[in-house]
Amino acid sequence: MIRVVLPAHLRQLARCEGEIQIETGAPTQRAVLDAVEAAYPMLRGTIRDPASGKRRPFVRFFACEEDLSHDSPDAPLPEEVVNGREPFLVIGAMAGG
Amino acid sequence: MTGVRVLVGTRKGAFILTSDEARRDWKVSEAHFPGWEIYHVAGSPVDPNRLYASQSSGWFGQVMQRSDDGGISWNPVSNDFTYAGVPGSHQWYDGSLRPWEFKRVWHLEPSPSDVDSVYAGVEDAALFHSADGGSSWQEIRGLREHGSGAQWQPGAGGMCLHTILLDPHNPQRIMVAISAAGVFRTDDAGASWRPVNKGLLSDGIPSPAAEVGHCVHNLAMHPSRPDTIYMQKHWDVMRSKDGGENWDEVSGNLPSDFGFPISVHAHEPDTIYVVPITSDSHHFPPDGKLRVYRSRTGGDEWEPLTNGLPQQDCYVNVLRDAMAVDSLADCGIYFGTTGGQVYVSPDSGDSWAPIVRDLPAVLSVQVQTLS
Repeated sequence: MIRVVLPAHLRQLARCEGEIQIETGAPTQRAVLDAVEAAYPMLRGTIRDPASGKRRPFVRFFACEEDLSHDSPDAPLPEEVVNGREPFLVIGAMAGG
Repeated sequence: MTGVRVLVGTRKGAFILTSDEARRDWKVSEAHFPGWEIYHVAGSPVDPNRLYASQSSGWFGQVMQRSDDGGISWNPVSNDFTYAGVPGSHQWYDGSLRPWEFKRVWHLEPSPSDVDSVYAGVEDAALFHSADGGSSWQEIRGLREHGSGAQWQPGAGGMCLHTILLDPHNPQRIMVAISAAGVFRTDDAGASWRPVNKGLLSDGIPSPAAEVGHCVHNLAMHPSRPDTIYMQKHWDVMRSKDGGENWDEVSGNLPSDFGFPISVHAHEPDTIYVVPITSDSHHFPPDGKLRVYRSRTGGDEWEPLTNGLPQQDCYVNVLRDAMAVDSLADCGIYFGTTGGQVYVSPDSGDSWAPIVRDLPAVLSVQVQTLS
């Protein structure tokens, strides 16, 4: 079980509160986000560009106090995220003044 | 209920304003989709409880919402606006070529005859259609691919398809407007398109015969006269009496012919409304006076409408989709401002009052007349 924290705008869209928990086979960003979108289809296209599949420019990924935004989407996530001790954070970047 | 429902899109959410036929006492909803940009909310002429909303964010992209109960509850529908085929390239501001890239939905136009049929005008400019109430979207590719697309370029607000006119008597005919490309028409339900911009003159375009490149801001049509089209261009108010084949300027005595929206009275096809704005760099009314101008002659002769509108120290703008009319016996006129005010005139423009003063910047206003 992987814990995922969504930004407020996406929690509002997904009609969820607090963390969400998802099960995934592979412990990677891509697998986690695929599982999030499968559980919450209304989030498709909001975290990753639907055409390119890439992270949206003003969305960032953090875990264990590390910025994972530029990691390969197929790189393994930290062990603390995989075992549920730490959440995977989807962040709306502070931008726009 | 009998009365009106005003659908307001703003920079930070949507609001629904309701009143009875008198249009004096108003109920203002809480914010729908708070924090999101709502470029447009539109209701179906077939079933007024069917609403569509374009919800977007610079962070999280495009979301589409649908309501089947008049805006009490909403459910996300498809946000997949994939261009058909290879998107190709259009002009960028510096004249270089840039690939087509979807950014947002600017305008929604529900069908006048089918509750599940709705068109969407998007940036980068293209026309999409859904036949299933927004569950899926297909590009009407003949517009983007008719031949002039590579010459289109964005206006200051982006390369957006912002206006869709559906001919109520001829479902084969659709007109759309794109900034800064111009007006395009199909007479075979979208299979083929051609520019219809003859007579438009724009500074910066050397040839008066240029087919594309015109910064059209908004179009309006009365359903009883679908061949008469009114246009607010970047500069100039224009009229065509032959379905866009030829355009004539009807700016007449306006204090400025720059502006964004244009609307037609519900019961008087020759009565039209614009909101003059000082210039393309001064996006506020001339002399700090917020004045709607009305022509009862289809243009050329204009009168200022000021009763109830601020006549000093007013520096708001009125955007292209932010004016609308109802179809009650005494036609109501509505507009919203970038200062967050929504004004109503229940008497064809003779007098005005604010419905609400302090919304986020208003992007769009649509009106449903309920019976």
